[in-house]
Amino acid sequence: MIIAERKPFEEIQSMLQSHRSILVVGCHGCVTICQSGGELQTQELVNLVRLWGNEKNKILNVTWAMVERQCEIEFITPLKIGHPDIDAILSLGCGVGVQTLADLFPALPIYPGLNTKCIGMISPGGDWEERCQACGNCILHLTAGICPISRCAKSMLNGPCGGSQAGNCELGDGRPCAWALIYRKLEQSNQVENLLHIQPARNWFTARDGGPRRSTGRS
Amino acid sequence: MRAYEMKTDNALKQSLQSGTFTVTTEIGPPRHCGGDYIQQQGRMLALCADAINITDNQTAIARLSSLAGCVLLQAVGVDPVLQMTCRDRNRIALQSDVLGAASLGINTILCLTGDHQKFGNHPEAKNVFDLDSIQLIAMIKAMRDEGKFLSGDEIKVKPDIFIGCAANPFADPVELRVLRLEKKINAGAEFIQTQPVLEIDRFQTFMEMAAQRGLTDRAYVLAGIMPIKSARMARYMQKNVPGMLVSESICKQFERSTDIRQTAIDLAVEQIKIVKQISGVAGVHIMAVAWEEIIPEIVDRAGLYPRTRAVPRVAP
Repeated sequence: MIIAERKPFEEIQSMLQSHRSILVVGCHGCVTICQSGGELQTQELVNLVRLWGNEKNKILNVTWAMVERQCEIEFITPLKIGHPDIDAILSLGCGVGVQTLADLFPALPIYPGLNTKCIGMISPGGDWEERCQACGNCILHLTAGICPISRCAKSMLNGPCGGSQAGNCELGDGRPCAWALIYRKLEQSNQVENLLHIQPARNWFTARDGGPRRSTGRS
Repeated sequence: MRAYEMKTDNALKQSLQSGTFTVTTEIGPPRHCGGDYIQQQGRMLALCADAINITDNQTAIARLSSLAGCVLLQAVGVDPVLQMTCRDRNRIALQSDVLGAASLGINTILCLTGDHQKFGNHPEAKNVFDLDSIQLIAMIKAMRDEGKFLSGDEIKVKPDIFIGCAANPFADPVELRVLRLEKKINAGAEFIQTQPVLEIDRFQTFMEMAAQRGLTDRAYVLAGIMPIKSARMARYMQKNVPGMLVSESICKQFERSTDIRQTAIDLAVEQIKIVKQISGVAGVHIMAVAWEEIIPEIVDRAGLYPRTRAVPRVAP
């Protein structure tokens, strides 16, 4: 799923400072699961914005709404009705949600309240960790189900760099070395020699490098 | 017997091929455009080494380019080794630089993945890593042997490159390190410069495992030698540098030392003598980071004079 985290409140303040009537839109999708744009977080942010508005003697009208999936125009279209006086929207959806709102409200400034981080999952330690870079050409069957494109800091395809030590990535912060993980898994299944196969230079055209991507859902 | 045919004509290749215990060293280019620094260092080291590497924006700090540094070295009669990393350039730029280097007679390239930009002074930079070091090796080999770009397009005048790579026997796990070395050799690496040997037991294990897999018959291994500048540096590398091993006895040796310079030279000379005895070690690569002036004495004390080229070649 999509992982996002809320922008620092100071940044949100600076975005909203010239506005008087704001609609905050949360999302029941991914950002609810990763607790950045769910109902709780939306209410919390609304309270913060209202408090700030009062402190600054700004007359701030802050309303809020939740949508099932901010990334789909059908789910947000009802927002068109019932918010006639707003002069800005603050989205607590992922980057796609922000853009869907921008499509629906072409005359209003739409502000991203979240930073969309990655496609990931929750780790045993409770952090959300990146697992996929949507490179468009999956090779997980070759790498013991561990993605070196997203989990190796250098997206290496032929084994670890020289900075991998004690199973950790040289970048630190407790990140595991993806290739140490792959090696250990292959070791368990007696397939270490598979690593000798040279992965040729990759076609990055399927990734972001080929320009914005589109799909019919089939090949 | 070496099982492969040499493709290029340069001092490093000649020295390795002749079976002479070979010496390479390296110069880190300056963070300015004063190329005379590289030439001064080059002149000082010309007689110490068979070839000298010019590092490629090492530790991700922007410096005078490796290719320009190699040209500057050539001008003072030194055979350069062009270090090339995958961090800053995609396959288009890398192939362009291979052709450019070859056109200038720079025909030894050390293929590296490159330090992550986090460690440099531009951590905000976008990294490239279009290829990894193994793919870079394979690409240059195909350019040389098949006269083909990575795209498959023909190269009319093929670059004649002697291909090198790095190996880190000290990162974990050691079995994977040997496997990766094998992979690099399979991809086309002909010589290997290792990370600094400051833990001799691990290096010995690595070399034995490499020899068992026949790797030392297929490529030349130059053992990394790094003179240590201070007791603090030894401890720092032991505790903080990812992928480095420094034995406790070396740290203690420097902590007890009253003459660090002498201890550094003694240790480097001792390490050279030890690695020289290890089967499959074809020479040493001396990395004296910002302490190049110590190298001539180390080479002298280790009995490694004279090198292939007793008199530096004078540039035309």
